[in-house]
Amino acid sequence: MVAKFDLNDDSVVVIIGTGAGGGVLANELAQKGVKVVALEAGGRYLPEDYLNDEWASFGQLAWTDTRTTSGDWRVAKDFSGLPAWIVKAVGGTTTHWAGASLRFQDHEWKALTNYGKVEGANLLDWPIDGAEMAPWYDKAEEKLGVTRTGNRPGLPGNNNYKVFEKGATAIGYTKVHTGRMAIQSSDETGNRVACQQTGFCFQGCKWGAKWSAAYTDIPEGEATGNLEVRDRSHVAKILHDAAGKVTAVEYYDKDGTLQTQKARIICVAGNTIESPRLLLNSASDMFPNGLANSSDQVGRNYMRHVTGSVYGVFDKPVRMWRGTTMAGIMQDEAHHAPERGFVGGYELETLSLGLPFMAAFLDPGAWGREFTSGLDSYENMAGLWIVGEDLPQETNRVTLSAEAKDQFGLPAPNVNYSDHPNDVAMRNHAYERGVAMYEAVGATRAFPTPPYPSTHNLGTNRMSEDPKLGVVNKWGQTHDIANLFISDGSQFTTGAAENPTLTIVALAIRQADHIASEMAAGTI
Amino acid sequence: MKQDQLKGITRRALLSRSIATWALAVSGAGFIAAPDAAWALEVAVITPDQMATLLQMARDIYPHDKVADQYYAVAVKGYDAEDSKDMIAAGIAELDAAAVAQGHASYLAIGWEKDRVKVLQAIENGAFFQKIRGGLVTGLYNQKEIWPIFGYEGESFSKGGYIDRGFDDIAWL
Repeated sequence: MVAKFDLNDDSVVVIIGTGAGGGVLANELAQKGVKVVALEAGGRYLPEDYLNDEWASFGQLAWTDTRTTSGDWRVAKDFSGLPAWIVKAVGGTTTHWAGASLRFQDHEWKALTNYGKVEGANLLDWPIDGAEMAPWYDKAEEKLGVTRTGNRPGLPGNNNYKVFEKGATAIGYTKVHTGRMAIQSSDETGNRVACQQTGFCFQGCKWGAKWSAAYTDIPEGEATGNLEVRDRSHVAKILHDAAGKVTAVEYYDKDGTLQTQKARIICVAGNTIESPRLLLNSASDMFPNGLANSSDQVGRNYMRHVTGSVYGVFDKPVRMWRGTTMAGIMQDEAHHAPERGFVGGYELETLSLGLPFMAAFLDPGAWGREFTSGLDSYENMAGLWIVGEDLPQETNRVTLSAEAKDQFGLPAPNVNYSDHPNDVAMRNHAYERGVAMYEAVGATRAFPTPPYPSTHNLGTNRMSEDPKLGVVNKWGQTHDIANLFISDGSQFTTGAAENPTLTIVALAIRQADHIASEMAAGTI
Repeated sequence: MKQDQLKGITRRALLSRSIATWALAVSGAGFIAAPDAAWALEVAVITPDQMATLLQMARDIYPHDKVADQYYAVAVKGYDAEDSKDMIAAGIAELDAAAVAQGHASYLAIGWEKDRVKVLQAIENGAFFQKIRGGLVTGLYNQKEIWPIFGYEGESFSKGGYIDRGFDDIAWL
């Protein structure tokens, strides 16, 4: 039943990447009868392949192709070759994500209007809003099976959540619960297995309780006979004709042979680092600055959320690693309240790492007893993660490295990022509040832990009403090239305070609807 | 002593040779004579002195008093190889030079951890220190055998997760 399309078939939609954006788009188009070839750089891994072992899983799933970093963010010093912790596999980073599924708040769609101009930032309003997105969020929540939406109950709280909840309520917070999670919470409310509280959500859910495109949308799309997924196929370049329409992609297949697949429409969903890299690597005589880059915004406005962690140490065991990794949230600081000293807001979410990753991430580069005495109390730790809105800046950007090349000899991406003063103020506020939560329940020590390599990568092909200010329009269609779309988080005009996957999925469902109707109308 | 005579030297012999000047005074005879210190540490390429230095360095970088020497040895034994012996020789020479500059005979001859740490701080931005430290992050902490010492339980899928095994059993809150 799985489709097989000819390389010269120029009637297909080619989708590059199969994660939250590309994987969902592929299935949604296939369901509507559209012929799709999805090219995925990584291999195919299913729950039986996932590993309850942090480093082994990292070796199996992580995107570790050559990348370089610059800027004043600490990741550039601690993990200079690993700006992002994302996945190279069919299903993309939906194998690794924690499952937190939050809608944007209404004011966040219009950050420039609601926050005003902020010096050094490149704020812009999205060309869409919460009312426009509401029905698409409804569909996304149904697809993902998000807890606390529809008839789906919340997940039970684990040990880490219980500490988090007691601390949060002790200092007066009220919007505290086990989250809106794309993790099945009961046997009666979905088609997946209910969560078995195994931990290792970041390593791929071996029960398939968490939504991942790898074992939902991808096989559903393939079952229609309209979707062919070619794994281990790394796209090198997008080609175009003399009229400026894109016509084909060149990719290295699983044997390393360069192939050319023709296309009617091309949708780029390679994540916020690879998508602009591909547009830049596709520069031609007609488009010397890269495809769809007349605005010079391709690669700019890279966002990665204001992040950081707080680990509290207690005098008795917590065993935070047991159970769902991120089923816990405090949303009282998620609103916009500039009297706190920054614009935008942040969420605090429960988080745990196993001992191997804790050693690597608690305080990268640290050594000696101040550090190891913390690890000695690993069993007594509780942990939380900060997710806040960082501000887009033109100089935070993905560019092509002049020296570094990937395994195919293609220029590698450099990721430059420096915190805006607003980001620093927000992070410090969140550290202080997180420490206060844990101290309120008796923490004897707290670690304000620096950001990990980016898991939320956003903004490098941003959506804009005005073609001069962004790369794509309200449908994710590039302003410059009508049959070239962007379908991942790089479309984000601003990042909001929420984990981005639900919004990426909602945008992909909406984009599929638009592409299918435009194809039927013969306009693209 | 010739190199080939040193192969297969025991931890006990290695320590008593290399650190005799302070080991008895500081760590006490029990440390060297303890049953778990009697395991054999074979060195094929680098010298026992160099291996003893790497072991002490590993302990001083990531000191966990409840973690036995053998786990630190596992974490550094990979440097006993042809392709790293020059790097190790040069790095330990740098380390010992830093010790001499601070008035000690050598790094291994220093009795107190706080004094050895000062020597390490003098070289901590150098490539040798960063290589050893970086390697330990996975070489030490990714040994499944040490996880129980920290209470970490590792893999849980094969046991059915924690849904019936205490995911929410915290009782002291």
